[in-house]
Amino acid sequence: MEELVNESGVVAKPLNPEAATEVDMQASYEQHGSGTVGEIYVNDPRMTCRNVNVYYGEKQAIFDVNLDIGKNQVISMIGPSGCGKSTFLRCLNRMNDTIDVCRVTGQIKMDDQDIYDDGLDVVPLRASVGMVFQKPNPFPKSIYDNIAYGPRIHGLSDNARHLDEIVESSLTRAGLWEEVKDRMDQPGTGLSGGQQQRLCIARAIAVSPEVILMDEPCSALDPIATAKIEELIDELRENYTIAIVTHSMQQAARVSQRTAYFHLGKLIEVGETDQIFTNPRHKLTEDYITGRFG
Amino acid sequence: MNNNLQQQHDRTMVRVQQGLVRRYRQEKRFQRIGLGAIVLGLVFVSFLFISIIANGYTAFQQTYVKLDINFDPELIAPVGETDPEVLSKANYGGLVKKTMREMFPDVSSRREKKVLYGLVSTGASYQLRDMVMQDPALIGTRQSVWVPADDDVDMLIKGHIDLNVPESDRRIKNNQMVWIQSLQAEDRIEKRFNTTFFTAGDSREPELSGIKGAVHGSFFTLMICLLISFPVGVAAAVYLEEFAPKNRWTDIIEVNINNLAAVPSIVFGLLGLAVFINFFGLPRSVPLVGGLVLALMTLPTIIIASRAALKSVPPSIREAALGVGASPMQTITHHVLPLAMPGMLTGTIIGMAQALGETAPLLMIGMVAFIVDIPGGPFDPSAVLPVQIYLWADSPERAFVERTSAAIMVLLAFLISMNLLAVWLRKKFERRW
Repeated sequence: MEELVNESGVVAKPLNPEAATEVDMQASYEQHGSGTVGEIYVNDPRMTCRNVNVYYGEKQAIFDVNLDIGKNQVISMIGPSGCGKSTFLRCLNRMNDTIDVCRVTGQIKMDDQDIYDDGLDVVPLRASVGMVFQKPNPFPKSIYDNIAYGPRIHGLSDNARHLDEIVESSLTRAGLWEEVKDRMDQPGTGLSGGQQQRLCIARAIAVSPEVILMDEPCSALDPIATAKIEELIDELRENYTIAIVTHSMQQAARVSQRTAYFHLGKLIEVGETDQIFTNPRHKLTEDYITGRFG
Repeated sequence: MNNNLQQQHDRTMVRVQQGLVRRYRQEKRFQRIGLGAIVLGLVFVSFLFISIIANGYTAFQQTYVKLDINFDPELIAPVGETDPEVLSKANYGGLVKKTMREMFPDVSSRREKKVLYGLVSTGASYQLRDMVMQDPALIGTRQSVWVPADDDVDMLIKGHIDLNVPESDRRIKNNQMVWIQSLQAEDRIEKRFNTTFFTAGDSREPELSGIKGAVHGSFFTLMICLLISFPVGVAAAVYLEEFAPKNRWTDIIEVNINNLAAVPSIVFGLLGLAVFINFFGLPRSVPLVGGLVLALMTLPTIIIASRAALKSVPPSIREAALGVGASPMQTITHHVLPLAMPGMLTGTIIGMAQALGETAPLLMIGMVAFIVDIPGGPFDPSAVLPVQIYLWADSPERAFVERTSAAIMVLLAFLISMNLLAVWLRKKFERRW
């Protein structure tokens, strides 16, 4: 439990992303038990997923996924629609719990703590694994209250000034402070789509998570807003571990260090982004990135 | 090949052109039918309002007769008497009669005198008593007092009595006509705003009856109903919508709630009679029991409306709250409930309006009794507005007809304002996300 709660937002010194992606030599270039090609292990994982299966009632949506998510890097999950990449992402902070028929087996560990442990409370888990959704979903409250909500319910601020500081630093890190500092009391829903999405990112980082999950964060945005978010993701990598689901292969190539390719609920191939896009090892990956289907 | 296709295309165009006229005609007809339905509805509604207002507007006026009352110490009490006990027991009726006799000295026979006294309301003596009790110094003085006329006189002045019918079929006889005309000649008869209608409870005498008792009764009943049905309904809706597992049991519950909304209201009255009065031994005719019964009746409405309101809160808001680590409880109380509240309130107001107009279940629990006193709380026997209307509509006096319509107007005013409030709420808080 303890290790799940991030301490006061002080973030560990950024690790060298190159080092993080260095592969476990034993695992590389081999077909794994789950059929995944590529390097599923990293040296310094933040989260480790082993034999993860997800069922919606009788129907199995995820088959035996093994994947490590490295510290301070961006891992992108790509694949055709319905391949289970969003489902898998939502396992990482147990958002699937809200779906009655959804059942998850296997092991997902975060810093050696099994997040599907019976005794584990999802509240601290979600405080340390934040999430940004496909459609910007600010609360219908003021900009300030949107950011302050998380710190408030978790009791993170000592007093009103401290809360103000948290709000300001979160908005600054999300690159939104300059745009909204004069209208903090206006509704967050009045912002533009891209601003709303950055507001949601600021809301997620206001509770100082370790991991941020992003479920197609740019699919509802125009190219300029998308560029801003991508830039922001690259900056956030310094302090956070980010897992992003995206439909855009260009986006995956631009923002991520590692890429995982899902197909029909199976993790087909995972590896360094450059390698996946320039030299895919699996036929399905190659077909997908060359646009033969998807 | 190409030629063939061209032919087919030409044929299609011809057919489409032929069909077009028919299609447009159908559309026109459809529109006209819809418009006709709306016009028909409006006509009926305006008929309703016109007939009620035409029947009822006169009830807001009441005929008064001016009497020069000599507050005779012999009939009341010696000058200087202040003991309320003595003052309240004095013979004020005699005072009125004496005044009437003095005004018409020609009337001598016992029977004629009785008819003469009947020109003013029996309430006149209560009015004099109240005046003297309030100011004992009036004893021994002479005052002009406007007292309410009897309802038959009132009807005559308002033109509701046809003087062309034979005397034997009339409520106002010829000799009364003469007296009334002489009073009118002296400017002693006047129509004034009928404050009694708003300040009095029910009465056997139309000119003394009012809706205050019924309005109070309706208010207490609705308060009890609201206090019970709103929290229970919202709690049930939140549980069913947010927490309950979706299985066969919750399906059965849902079907039953929908069925309950369609149960005839009198059945709820029977239930209330059996449970609240016979089993729990609560008193009859009180707003408490009325409110409980109406709460049972409005609960399904409120639950259904509240569930719809909860359903309309976008899941993205829930996800957003859960995503920053709010517990399900916090998600609901901080985000879902505030967003669903306008919808819930709208449903509740509509349910309350329904309850306000409900008569049948209240008849079953004895709220149909004749109650003169104005209830001071939910434990006092009382009537409610629709039951008051029902009681008056049943009364034979001509003057109760206009009071029935006037009470309906008051009830409709309440209902319309409640519905307007619901519409306003809905408009104000519509779709904030």
